[in-house]
Amino acid sequence: MSLHPTPSRRHRARSALLALALLAALLGVWHAIVASPADAGAGMDAEYAALMGTAAKGGSSLPTPAEVGSTIAGHLASPFQYPGTEQPGLLVHLGYSLARVAIGFSLAVAVAVPLGFVIGMSPLMHGALDPFIQVLKPVSPLAWLPLALYTIKDAQVSAIFVIFICSIWPTLVNTAFGVMRVRLEWLNVARTLQTSRWRLVRHVLLPAALPTVLAGMRISVGIAWLVIVAAEMLVGGTGIGYFIWNEWNNLQIANIITAILVIGVVGVALDGLLAQVGRRFSYAE
Amino acid sequence: MTNTTHPAAPLLRIEGIAKSYDGSVRVFDDLWFDVFPGEFICLIGHSGCGKTTILNILAGLEDTSAGHVLLDGHQLQGPHLDRAVVFQSHALLPWKSVLDNILFAVQGRWPAWPREKAVAHARHYLALVHLGHAEDKRPAELSGGMRQRVGIARALAIEPKILLLDEPFSALDALTRGRLQDELVSVCRQRRQTTFMITHDIDEALLLADRIVLMTSGPEARVCEIVENTLPASRTRSDVHRHPHYTPMRNHLLEFLVNRSAPLEAHAGDAARDHRRPPIVRPLPAPALQGA
Repeated sequence: MSLHPTPSRRHRARSALLALALLAALLGVWHAIVASPADAGAGMDAEYAALMGTAAKGGSSLPTPAEVGSTIAGHLASPFQYPGTEQPGLLVHLGYSLARVAIGFSLAVAVAVPLGFVIGMSPLMHGALDPFIQVLKPVSPLAWLPLALYTIKDAQVSAIFVIFICSIWPTLVNTAFGVMRVRLEWLNVARTLQTSRWRLVRHVLLPAALPTVLAGMRISVGIAWLVIVAAEMLVGGTGIGYFIWNEWNNLQIANIITAILVIGVVGVALDGLLAQVGRRFSYAE
Repeated sequence: MTNTTHPAAPLLRIEGIAKSYDGSVRVFDDLWFDVFPGEFICLIGHSGCGKTTILNILAGLEDTSAGHVLLDGHQLQGPHLDRAVVFQSHALLPWKSVLDNILFAVQGRWPAWPREKAVAHARHYLALVHLGHAEDKRPAELSGGMRQRVGIARALAIEPKILLLDEPFSALDALTRGRLQDELVSVCRQRRQTTFMITHDIDEALLLADRIVLMTSGPEARVCEIVENTLPASRTRSDVHRHPHYTPMRNHLLEFLVNRSAPLEAHAGDAARDHRRPPIVRPLPAPALQGA
């Protein structure tokens, strides 16, 4: 018996209720800590305290939940323009980040899936390429960034390259694994029917391995979304990572928290999208 | 149908095939037998005598370590569409519908056919195994018996010279197995389909086979003898046990499996045995003449 049987509707409702209660408690504690009028700026240089904004508020320089709420509302009201300025808005930065991920991830899939098929179908290629994969896979994608900047000499392309290099591994490894693991009896059916190589890939290997390939792509897009924030912090100019770094320099903590929430929500959406595609191509044996 | 004489040339000749893995002990050795056109052959033996390996060799999925197999006088080289296999585990492609599974085989056999013609052909064979109503279902939605019927339809649909079946009904319950045996035998008789089937079920062999190849146990398994089925071709599952030949036939096969299937070397006087011509046996009731 599973520890988590399929939850009934009643159970789901109770879980949702508990989650809401936890959120309320979290916001309450947050508000209590930040807004408490404790010994404001005690032991702190008065000028520095004023600079940090603590003098005007309670014991912390962090924004209250209500302030973050109003910041979010401001960005929602003006998604294309930074509220009160001519600068690009949060949605524009998000669009840049998503575009970089889309391009880098698509290129990675275009390389990883065919290469994974070659590795999965040929023990020779598997033996030859596996050492390279094993050594390159654990390298932090950001370690490639200086090399990319030096050789490509274009910050935007370098960011895309970093996304490409970090998304390639899970898809590559999963594709090769999925192809290698295709059941012998299906291959035997294809052999007895004198199936051509192309028909074998199209009708047997691809559909058989597709759930595993898509699971790899799901991991890839998750990692790409993690890495893009750090890459944009380094590359600068545009993107949600740059936005956070810029707000840190401006000490706009509410904007940073807003961006964190946006990154989380978009990550969930990307993961859900890939999960949806995965379900579409899954099969029961 | 007479069982004793075969005016036609054999469709399939198995000539001295042997199989050993890593070059050591041979699982089976020096096997000789023929399969004639239109004939239904069953091969019986205990587990471990290499039955499935023999079928894989006939299918072209495995190589022999010695000897060769001739189909229509030509030596087998790898799999070919003139032989169709029904696998023990049905081996349907789970992401394809029932119709698409058969269509995959049909389009592989006749790539030039337009799609409508291939679909009509596939539907014909689906109807033959009484599954016309299930063409849009996925294999996972079918019972074990229905899946195996799709496997049989897929094999028949490419209209092979010989149908190869590897214990196709062993995973099914007795009732379903009986029904599928009836369907298989009627289809094969109607079409005069040459068929080679591996089984360990005596009653299945009695009902289906014209001749039964008996294998000794491995290692170094051999063809011990070939039994000609003396039951009338019109036999059916419901009446076969009432025929006077039934008991001697069944007892002969049972006696073989229980007492006589030990490796041949265990029997005295087998040194002079000619493996190329295994003894042919026609079990008959006691008052009649024995032997061939």
